[in-house]
Amino acid sequence: MSINFTSGTALLGLCSKNNVRIFEMMLVREVYISQRNKDHILNEMKENLAVMKKAVERGLAEDIRSVSGLTGGDAKKLRLYYEKEMTVAGTDLNKAVASAMAVLEVNAAMGQIVAAPTAGSSGILPGALISTAQRFKKKDEDIVNALFTAAAVGYLITRNATVAGAEGGCQAETGAAAAMAAAAITEMLGGTPEQALDAAAMAIKNILGLVCDPIAGLVEAPCIKRNAIGTANAMISADLALAGIKSIIPFDEVVEAMLKVGKTLPCELRETGTGGLAWTPTGRQIHERIFGKS
Amino acid sequence: MDYSVFDIIGPRMIGPSSSHTAGAARLGKVARRISGNDVARVIFVLYGSFAKTYKGHGTDRALLAGIMDMEPNDPNLGRSLELAEAAGLIYEFIADDADPPHPNTVKTVITGSDGKRTEMMGCSIGGGSIKVIQINGLNVEFTGEYPTLVIRHMDRPGVIAEVTSLMVQFNINIAFMRVFRQSKGQDAFMIIETDNAISKKVIAQVRALGDEIQDVYLIEAL
Repeated sequence: MSINFTSGTALLGLCSKNNVRIFEMMLVREVYISQRNKDHILNEMKENLAVMKKAVERGLAEDIRSVSGLTGGDAKKLRLYYEKEMTVAGTDLNKAVASAMAVLEVNAAMGQIVAAPTAGSSGILPGALISTAQRFKKKDEDIVNALFTAAAVGYLITRNATVAGAEGGCQAETGAAAAMAAAAITEMLGGTPEQALDAAAMAIKNILGLVCDPIAGLVEAPCIKRNAIGTANAMISADLALAGIKSIIPFDEVVEAMLKVGKTLPCELRETGTGGLAWTPTGRQIHERIFGKS
Repeated sequence: MDYSVFDIIGPRMIGPSSSHTAGAARLGKVARRISGNDVARVIFVLYGSFAKTYKGHGTDRALLAGIMDMEPNDPNLGRSLELAEAAGLIYEFIADDADPPHPNTVKTVITGSDGKRTEMMGCSIGGGSIKVIQINGLNVEFTGEYPTLVIRHMDRPGVIAEVTSLMVQFNINIAFMRVFRQSKGQDAFMIIETDNAISKKVIAQVRALGDEIQDVYLIEAL
């Protein structure tokens, strides 16, 4: 078995054989394939975390407007609501969701973000992970480690399926991001490697088949709200796994199913802006308003 | 392929999408290099999807930021229109409905402070990668992924040999090389993509090779 694992099963085998966790295995792999030293790699991930945190903070605080004028300000709106009112889903979940929306709003306003795994799904991992880590009083070091857990899951999905909306639909983008966040949170809170991959599998299963239908082709609507629901998906999947609930279909098979489902999606529902919500009367009106008649 | 963790969590980038921001900024930057870093006025002619959607995606801002030498992940990328105005840089965006070779194509027409005009056509081919396909009306092809020497020269026997022996002298390994010309004996371009960094000294020596060499530009690896 090589250090350069290519499946979830192989990853679990390596973790068990070497008595290490997923994030440690992913770090060993990164040292091996990049030939860079460990501190260098950890520092670069720290920089990614800093950019993620900054995007969350900015999106929660500022009245952001996207370049197209279509979206912005909803993350702050949600924050003001959960800070003042008793909410349906609870303050903690709402805070995570608002954080995820904040990052996507910053992205749409030409601010700086970290693709995780893509720009259109970049809110879920920071939204779910950072707010949970704060609540559990985790250090930055723990969050950086959790990002390696997330990267391991994202790597397996990228390698064995796809994380591109144009190829696999939204399930590939926000599904991958939710799977990454679910596994990261599970392992950060003491879950086993098996539990982390179960969390990832459940997150993908929850949104299998989700189409990519951006209005006017912009990374805004419904992307921002799908990052909101993706964050909830990640956190619920983590809780299920930490409770000891298993995914009936193993992670590798779920990833393969996701790829197959993605391939059967018609072109209209794979990031072309010509189907789904993009092709509703309102969706088309918005397209004309922003770009003129085509 | 051996994906790095930073292919999965990364890059740190300016939104909303790498082909509309990072790719566009890189195209602007390469156009600036080819103009000899002297831009008094720039016209962007946008084709295909770029022409239809550049405003909503911020492609205009990213292109202009590149012309102003900003990096693709510069936090000021989104403020380039304002910054250009403050700096007195004249710019214009024109949407053209001609069929482009790629959906995301732009032609930059740069006028330097001395009135020199430089045209470049390029495409943003996804994930922030680019391809330059035309310089001053002449078809070329390079990606900017390697240190690239763009040499405008006269189509004469021996010019290519002179340049490549210089590369040998400086121990520079050529990864890819192509020569393009308008017509026999006329204006031509040599595009040399290398594995090694290229110093100012190398460029000066290429320039000093003789009258056949008209212009030499270096585009650092993007």
